[in-house]
Amino acid sequence: MKVVVCIKQVPDTKGGVKFKPDGTLDRGAMLAIMNPDDKAGLEAALRLKDEYGAEVTVVTMGLPKAEAVLREAMAMGADKAILVTDRVLGGADTWATSSTIAGALRNLDYDLVITGRQAIDGDTAQVGPQISEHLGIPVISYAEEIKVDEKAKTVVVKRQFEDRYHMVEAKMPCLITALAELGEPRYMTPGGIFDAFEKEVTVWGRADLKDVDDSNIGLKGSPTQIAKASDKVKKGAGEKIVADSADEAVDYLFGKLEEKHVI
Amino acid sequence: MSLEEYKGVFIFAQQVDNELSGIALELLGKAKDLAKDLDEKKVTAVLIGDKVGNLVDTLAEYGADRVIVVDDPELKDYRTEPYTHALASVIDEFKPEILLVGATAIGRDLGPRVSSRVHTGLTADCTQLDIGDFPLVAVPGQEQKHKQLLMTRPAFGGNTIATIACPDFRPQMATVRPGVMQKITPVKGAKAEVVEFNPGFKENACYTKILEIVKAVSEVEDIQEAKILVSGGRGVGSAENFKILDDLAKVLHGTVSCSRAVVDSGWKPKDLQVGQTGKTVRPKVYFAIGISGAIQHVAGMEESDLIIAINKDENAPIFDVADYGVVGDLNKIVPALTKKLEAALAEK
Repeated sequence: MKVVVCIKQVPDTKGGVKFKPDGTLDRGAMLAIMNPDDKAGLEAALRLKDEYGAEVTVVTMGLPKAEAVLREAMAMGADKAILVTDRVLGGADTWATSSTIAGALRNLDYDLVITGRQAIDGDTAQVGPQISEHLGIPVISYAEEIKVDEKAKTVVVKRQFEDRYHMVEAKMPCLITALAELGEPRYMTPGGIFDAFEKEVTVWGRADLKDVDDSNIGLKGSPTQIAKASDKVKKGAGEKIVADSADEAVDYLFGKLEEKHVI
Repeated sequence: MSLEEYKGVFIFAQQVDNELSGIALELLGKAKDLAKDLDEKKVTAVLIGDKVGNLVDTLAEYGADRVIVVDDPELKDYRTEPYTHALASVIDEFKPEILLVGATAIGRDLGPRVSSRVHTGLTADCTQLDIGDFPLVAVPGQEQKHKQLLMTRPAFGGNTIATIACPDFRPQMATVRPGVMQKITPVKGAKAEVVEFNPGFKENACYTKILEIVKAVSEVEDIQEAKILVSGGRGVGSAENFKILDDLAKVLHGTVSCSRAVVDSGWKPKDLQVGQTGKTVRPKVYFAIGISGAIQHVAGMEESDLIIAINKDENAPIFDVADYGVVGDLNKIVPALTKKLEAALAEK
């Protein structure tokens, strides 16, 4: 069985987002990490490797420095890594990104494609389902559990909704978008880290994409365009009192609730 | 494509188990609002399901001028492929200028799949929609297009905000975050034009099979509907101690909600969670009690009309967004406030 996992390098927001003195985001001060949902997807793939001996290939699209997350994935146990990078691919929205990644995946054999549900920088959750449509394969989003039937070539996924879940069966090849609930990602092993730096990362450019028109990549291939982007202006703080007694606090709050006609 | 052929604002009227989701009505409210600034004023709801015709009148009362009904046994429960086929076929046939879909667990699967199929842009999880010019300010040598859908959305966990347009493709598609747009006051007895449309459904390799549906048993109130939310965080200390919040909520006819830490500790169910990974709320009054105010929490409540924070940590970031903040012991302040309110309201 062959599993491809799509991963993305994103700025880390976990340790708190860093701001410059002028209140704008300090992207340079944040670490670049493997997107958490993608890591959960990779973990799910590695469990399929443990169980069925699946071959796991990781694919990322990004700047050359995104190679770091591919090395990390190999140190966790991924077998092969592909970096899709080319200046003409830059500025892509989700449509052009998914079209590009689909072009890379057409070169590969796969039974399953796993992507994270969403990346913590864009928060769109669109690229996974869009890749599946470009490839003409079924998609199951928001996966909490994955079970594979190798013989029947089917997969059964626990698919989360707001107030329920569905157990959904799909024919392979199929694309699944992964939730963190799939499992705590494993650590890299010392041997794995060593091996990861011995292994080769395959680098593909524009010319390596299969069946992708020039009009469907990069900034030019992006139907959506940014009209305005800004760091969010933080809402100014209101009043604050340090209450020496509960009575003082209550009188203050009661007064404000009256003033605002809440009571 | 000729962009001029595409007319009118359409919304995907999500239903589950033959019940309209709140987002469908919210989208209608916004669609009506947008249509005012467009040449085509008619608002169309696209209703997809199995034997769902009974929902048409509700859509009319909430602002739909026309309802396109795609009714087929294949559409009984949500599955990506037949729903994509249904919605993409409606787009091909009726050519909407704008199509709004809820940013729900269904919409965030359906929207991207449809946008890929019909080849148009999709902007995710929007919190504001306007009609305006693109580019916003005229640029020499570039055509400025008018009456475009300007889609505003937070990214980066709520730290950045971007306004997106889709000037050269139709429909202009957006998924819209639940709980943000306002429903209209329903017009009793309003009727909509009903169009039955069935593109035909034939099973293919992309069809999935639902083996089992397991519904979460939940009696909890919908925190997105509440006018007053009394929200607790880790600082409340225990599941039992939420009683003091329950009491405060009761005298104010409010509802209790919570932060992620509370859900992670197992004190409250996930349905009550406010924030980036929970629900977005905008009540008239939001009490943040023992909530530190992580950015992910703030992203889900900062649009509240009035924010009141009680926290023992003077430096808690929640005070940066609170209109009124009190640094002190919630265990003393909250019960005392409840008592005073009780007494005052009894007099009225």
